[in-house]
Amino acid sequence: MTTFTPSTPAETLSTIQWAAAEETPLELLGHGSKRGIGRPLQTEHTLDLSKLTGVTLYEPAELVLSAKAGTPLAEIEELLAKNGQQFAFEPMDYGPLLGGEPGQGVKSGTIGGVLASNLSGPRRLKAGAARDHILGVAAVSGRGEAFKSGGRVVKNVTGYDLSKLMANSWGTLAVLTDVTFKVLPAAETEVTLAIRGLLDEAAVAAMAVALGSSAEVSSAAHLPERIAARVAGGKHGSDAATLLRVEGFGPSVVYRIEALRKLLGNAGPLEEIAGEASKAIWRDIRDCRPFADGGTRPVWRVSMAPSQAHHMVMALRMQAAVDAFYDWQGGLVWLSMREDDPEADLLRGLIRKHGGGHATLVRASAPHRAALPVFEPQPAHLAALSTRLKAEFDPKNILNPGRMAPGSGSATLARSTEGAAS
Amino acid sequence: MSGLAMPKPDAETLRRRAEIVADMRIIVPGEGVVDTATEMRAFESDGLTAYRQLPLVVVLPETVAQVSRVLKYCNERNIRVVPRGSGTSLSGGALPLEDAVLLVMSRFNRILQIDYPNRIVVAQPGVTNLGITTAVEQEGFYYAPDPSSQIACSIGGNVAENSGGVHCLKYGLTANNVLGIEMVLMNGEVVRLGGSHLDQEGYDLLGVMTGSEGLLGVVTEVTVRILKKPETARALLIGFPTSEEGGQCVADIIGAGIIPGGMEMMDRPAIHAAEDFVHAGYPLDVEALLIVELDGPSVEVDHLIGLVEAIAYRNGSTTCRISQSEQERLSFWAGRKAAFPAVGRISPDYYCMDGTIPRKELPRVLAGMRDLSEKYGLGVANVFHAGDGNLHPLILYDANVPGELDKAESFGADILRLCVEVGGVLTGEHGVGVEKRDLMPEMFNQIDLDQQMRVKCAFDPNHLLNPGKVFPQLRRCAELGRMHVHRGQVAFPDIPRF
Repeated sequence: MTTFTPSTPAETLSTIQWAAAEETPLELLGHGSKRGIGRPLQTEHTLDLSKLTGVTLYEPAELVLSAKAGTPLAEIEELLAKNGQQFAFEPMDYGPLLGGEPGQGVKSGTIGGVLASNLSGPRRLKAGAARDHILGVAAVSGRGEAFKSGGRVVKNVTGYDLSKLMANSWGTLAVLTDVTFKVLPAAETEVTLAIRGLLDEAAVAAMAVALGSSAEVSSAAHLPERIAARVAGGKHGSDAATLLRVEGFGPSVVYRIEALRKLLGNAGPLEEIAGEASKAIWRDIRDCRPFADGGTRPVWRVSMAPSQAHHMVMALRMQAAVDAFYDWQGGLVWLSMREDDPEADLLRGLIRKHGGGHATLVRASAPHRAALPVFEPQPAHLAALSTRLKAEFDPKNILNPGRMAPGSGSATLARSTEGAAS
Repeated sequence: MSGLAMPKPDAETLRRRAEIVADMRIIVPGEGVVDTATEMRAFESDGLTAYRQLPLVVVLPETVAQVSRVLKYCNERNIRVVPRGSGTSLSGGALPLEDAVLLVMSRFNRILQIDYPNRIVVAQPGVTNLGITTAVEQEGFYYAPDPSSQIACSIGGNVAENSGGVHCLKYGLTANNVLGIEMVLMNGEVVRLGGSHLDQEGYDLLGVMTGSEGLLGVVTEVTVRILKKPETARALLIGFPTSEEGGQCVADIIGAGIIPGGMEMMDRPAIHAAEDFVHAGYPLDVEALLIVELDGPSVEVDHLIGLVEAIAYRNGSTTCRISQSEQERLSFWAGRKAAFPAVGRISPDYYCMDGTIPRKELPRVLAGMRDLSEKYGLGVANVFHAGDGNLHPLILYDANVPGELDKAESFGADILRLCVEVGGVLTGEHGVGVEKRDLMPEMFNQIDLDQQMRVKCAFDPNHLLNPGKVFPQLRRCAELGRMHVHRGQVAFPDIPRF
């Protein structure tokens, strides 16, 4: 059992070249903040990228930042904040959900991990995910070849976008050494409008009305009764809260909140939450704080069409005990199973029945993660294509082998025949 | 054309042309197969009109099953296929090959679903970019990416090219506004990526497909995000004595946390050509003209107009007009939007380039261009998506003067080399196609290009789909697949370990 800790891209390259030559699998690790997601790995060696650090370029006026892949996200976000900027995609922190006790010095992960798991947050709805903000990468493939893709400018269609391909690849295609992201100005003001006491269906309807208006709502979440008490330290009470975030310049925010009030005045009692209190709520929603209980009971992250997800949850409740709350206008569902059984087949069957989407088992015991597909299984042709792509990048299957699917595959085959087109 | 090498036509395919045409008629009955030279003439080039080639046969399928059968048929018989949307590519992405089936997707022209609660439209790939907005504008919605060819270009082509437009600074490119596609692989397999939900599961193949220039698969359905139209939009027209001051103004606007809906710059030759053409009231005594458009609720727009005006003044603007009516806003844009035809009036031909640079390098690149202009003896006018650094130099030449086209192309290549040298890229939104194919090594080394080609190998291992585009030199997938490391040859790495 060896842990390699390269501090330069060149050292990273020679480590991979050695592993490729020896056909020895490696587990890729940044801070390990998301190590509990995916099938458990059993590799002899570990590649620790946490010493591959440093912001190498930051030009606020050009809206661009480059860093070595192991640079702590927290360090970069602090630098951006000092310049009134941010990652608009609001990368979530899995630490509270997976890292045990909150505030116990859990590191929030590396910038490479942000891309490899395609993180985002409540602002995903308007601003996209990590994949929408990555401009360029340098990486080492499982062949032991250092390659680059993209650049440092936003508008670029020169060659295939391999940078996006790194998003959500969970370290199975290449080892990121450098990443370049687009950064954006942080909003001057933020106010959240809360509608209280709505049931899921009414909440989803209200959020659709808000997002269909020109109020430029940047985030829309629904916390059902009781769940609402698990954000921001419970200071907003336990009544269901349907939350609409409006960000921008002061006068504009005032105007747009007023427009939303007029639009939604009949939906239910309205409250305004501004500034730090608003930020605290969205931070907790982002990090799935309502289910961060320090335990290991299964938690799912489900993405569906916003108007469909709550129907799926309703159907699921008929057959399993779950807690749920919604982000992304209702399209992102965080599900906590009250029993130890993750009910994977039941959940995925219902998702297919309600218009499709995908479910990721983001928290579960190691035996469950070994036995069940953590990532959404794919129809045969798509799974085969993903596996061919994996083989092109990592023919010896040495990079995080088996993390996304067993063997040398990169996707589990969907069991159902529907959707396996032609 | 100037020595552009395309893949050598396959003699066997050419010999069997009649048989292939007959088989295509079986797969796509009715009017869907075009094989006479006269009729195929309409398809011999795309927006890069300097390159022309008649295809083997033109096939216009109507169903996904037909697309799948055509591709499978061709894959099994080693026949090349070039996909085409509306044919507005400016880089030759849809340039036919003598021995290739030209697969034209224009009959896929229906909008399949409009879903306001989820703010999506599902369209067939032949629907025009503007057609999507037209379908939803009565409800106050629109599709944000707006390439200047939006009246004609297809949404399937937008996916293939990852099209931009003047609004992409604030609202993103095609890649940021597409939620899902259905596509057919060269082997005939139908695959769906993404859908009406956010984030594709597994690898981001949707991200790779967007901008892949028709080399990886044929798109048969697209799901896009639609947005509610901003309540209002106003524009400022700002003139500067130097491009440096104009450039600094752009940097300061962004530095103030303002992301305008559009931010365009023109240089003196472009300003004069546009003003002579449309009489938009542009000032003629400035070196750089900036159009800044702000959109949103009027209270926000008015607030930001004041901020931008102050920033312009601090940066030495000599003129600053603020649109007081929708008519005036449109008049500010009239000159910019007519810049290409305006330049067409002052020169028999022009060649439009498409590099992107870090914005701060604008003065250096403009100065470099002036030097090159002198060296080649050809004029150049510049329009510039200033917010995102995307530069469109228009090189003025006369195709009837022997050697001038070659000179214009060399001039263009030198400009793109300059863009790469200052940290930019070869193409911001027009694509590599055949036009910039041979310049790819300016930006990528062989390992970079090999890795891109390996992606191609996963999708189309026989290089049958749109060959001769994007990659300067095709390498066989079997050769690319070989591993060049061997046990024992790489020393145990000298890396800190525990």
